Amino acid sequence: MVRWPKVRRRSGRPPRDPRPARSRRARWLHLPARLRRSGTPPVPVLAGGGALDRFGIRDLVAESAHGIGARPGRLVLTIVGTVLGIGSLVVTIGLAQTAAGQIARQFDAVAATQVLVQPTTSRTQGGERAIGRIPWDVEDRMVRLAGIEAVGAVGSVNTNNARITAVPVNDPSAAAAVAPQVLATTPGLLEAVRGTVVTGRYFDAGHDARADRIVVLGARAAQRLGVHRVDRQPSIFIGERSYTVIGVIDGVQRRGDLLDAVILPVGTARADFGMTQLEQAHATIAVGAGSVVGEQTPWALDPSRPETFEVQVPPSGSQVQQNVQADINSIFLALGAVALLVGGLGIANVTLLSVMERVGEIGLRRALGATRTNIGSQFLVESVVIGLLGGLIGAALGVLVVVGVSFGKEWTPILDNAVVAGAALLGGVIGLGAGTYPALKAAAIEPITALRGGT
Amino acid sequence: MTAVDLFENPAPHPEPDPVDSRPPAVIELRRLTRSFPGEPPVEALRDADLRIELGEYVSIIGPSGSGKSTLLHILGLLDRPTSGDYLLDGVATGTASEKVRARLRGGRIGFVFQSFHLLPHRTVLDNVLLATLYSGVPRGERRDRALAALERVHMSHRLDFLPTVLSGGERQRVAIARAVIASPHVLLADEPTGNLDTSNSADVLDLFDELHRDGLTLVVITHDATVSSRAERRVRISDGTLTEVA
Repeated sequence: MVRWPKVRRRSGRPPRDPRPARSRRARWLHLPARLRRSGTPPVPVLAGGGALDRFGIRDLVAESAHGIGARPGRLVLTIVGTVLGIGSLVVTIGLAQTAAGQIARQFDAVAATQVLVQPTTSRTQGGERAIGRIPWDVEDRMVRLAGIEAVGAVGSVNTNNARITAVPVNDPSAAAAVAPQVLATTPGLLEAVRGTVVTGRYFDAGHDARADRIVVLGARAAQRLGVHRVDRQPSIFIGERSYTVIGVIDGVQRRGDLLDAVILPVGTARADFGMTQLEQAHATIAVGAGSVVGEQTPWALDPSRPETFEVQVPPSGSQVQQNVQADINSIFLALGAVALLVGGLGIANVTLLSVMERVGEIGLRRALGATRTNIGSQFLVESVVIGLLGGLIGAALGVLVVVGVSFGKEWTPILDNAVVAGAALLGGVIGLGAGTYPALKAAAIEPITALRGGT
Repeated sequence: MTAVDLFENPAPHPEPDPVDSRPPAVIELRRLTRSFPGEPPVEALRDADLRIELGEYVSIIGPSGSGKSTLLHILGLLDRPTSGDYLLDGVATGTASEKVRARLRGGRIGFVFQSFHLLPHRTVLDNVLLATLYSGVPRGERRDRALAALERVHMSHRLDFLPTVLSGGERQRVAIARAVIASPHVLLADEPTGNLDTSNSADVLDLFDELHRDGLTLVVITHDATVSSRAERRVRISDGTLTEVA
């Protein structure tokens, strides 16, 4: 396209005008010599040369900036709504992301790697009873599964209220004390519940297989029984039988009752007390192996009746994140949306007010040659910039709040850059939406009515 | 909208008049009527014929309600005639598109208003530069031209002042600088001294004389006899009819 930058002014002049171009030019304006060229005959130039600067982007932005900056106090009030809305959005999303990150990180390390297997129970007339049975060789069956690091099972032993004493002395004057609980475990349980040996040792598969008459005491049970050292091979009596204490344990993370118990190998309990079943199997697993272990364990324990086992595995991280995000987001996003709506209405209101106030200016601009489009776009850009400004400030404040909260809670702030940038842009979009009506209103103002009043 | 469009528009080329071989007048009204709807319709301008040549200094006088404002709005392309046509530099404007009219308004007409219409929050220089935004003055020339225009109206010492601190006469001089910066073909002044005292009025009128001497076409609309007496040609308007005053 060819532009004729200067010809326009004379385009209506018939070619027969005998007078030279210079003579038509007003002589009143004593311009510097280099500027007088504008009166010379037109030379076509290619479009985009910018020779004819009629309200370009730069002018538009400059005029809008003046309009915005003219009333700083009002500007602040105008953008408050948008700042709040955008800020709350950023805070909501940022805190949700941060919290989800923390949950994955801080998630109880024990809980995240601990698996509990129990037989399924069903309610019958006689009360609740287990319908499955944990096999005696549960350790061998489960330890082969990928992800399992240690496994052990535990069951209670019915001793028919046998007295448990360190020395079989019949002291009629002693108060009758409640006997410590008697539990039987497989050799791997100590590791599976992360217990530690205080003194001596825990029994192994050999003790279990031979049904040796040995016991391990929980720390508190040992204290009650007065057993502090095992190097002299002390014995305790369960009923009439004596058992050699080979170790004392402490610090278990699951089955805290182990600390109050006298612990027998399962083989010994079956041989001496007719133990009939294991109640629970505990396992430690690798982080993240929960879902696989949870799926495979029932089949490993009883391939023909996998439904008779209940496996409690740690929830996977993503599930936790989703739950947390869903909770936080739905509430605060709604609040943010309301704040944004209010902010947008605020911008629309103030821009409309500003249009009404500046009717005289609009008329003047129209008289100076502005088109309706020029006027409308000026007000539209003003409200978009106000919205964008609110969005930027809101996003910045939101980031600050997220960082501040994270600092207070000693979290690592996590915030997607795209969310921040998007939130700031959203402010601009809201300004665009809010400014459309006032801009149309401004463009529709007739210059005559506008100029009638004084400035 | 480019110049090419202007050429393609048949309106800019009026029918060649075999009798009239003169160059087109700056302003030419041809049986122009402007009526406002009502019962009965009000004819603010009735079959007005007016021809103002390049370099003329014309005052249009008449009492209030005589159609002065309507004539000003028509001449300033702020309003459209009901019938007849208005040729600006030979370009028919009566039915031209709003965009063409906006360009003509920005490029060929300079306005001076009774109440100045300066933007209160912008400096004197900014107010003058405002007119260059819409009239197509190349960006590189704008500032120099604004300075030259302000120099011309003897306001160079007030470049960074806000209009609110200027006297009425100073404000009107700034407004005149704004009106002439885009090298308009005609300066339309609407009661330019209506808000000024006697001495400031005299200053403004002296400025008009200077501009006229330098070749600018001036149309001053007024009801003030002292203002109209400065013009070399007077046109009276009454009840929408134009008559030359000898």
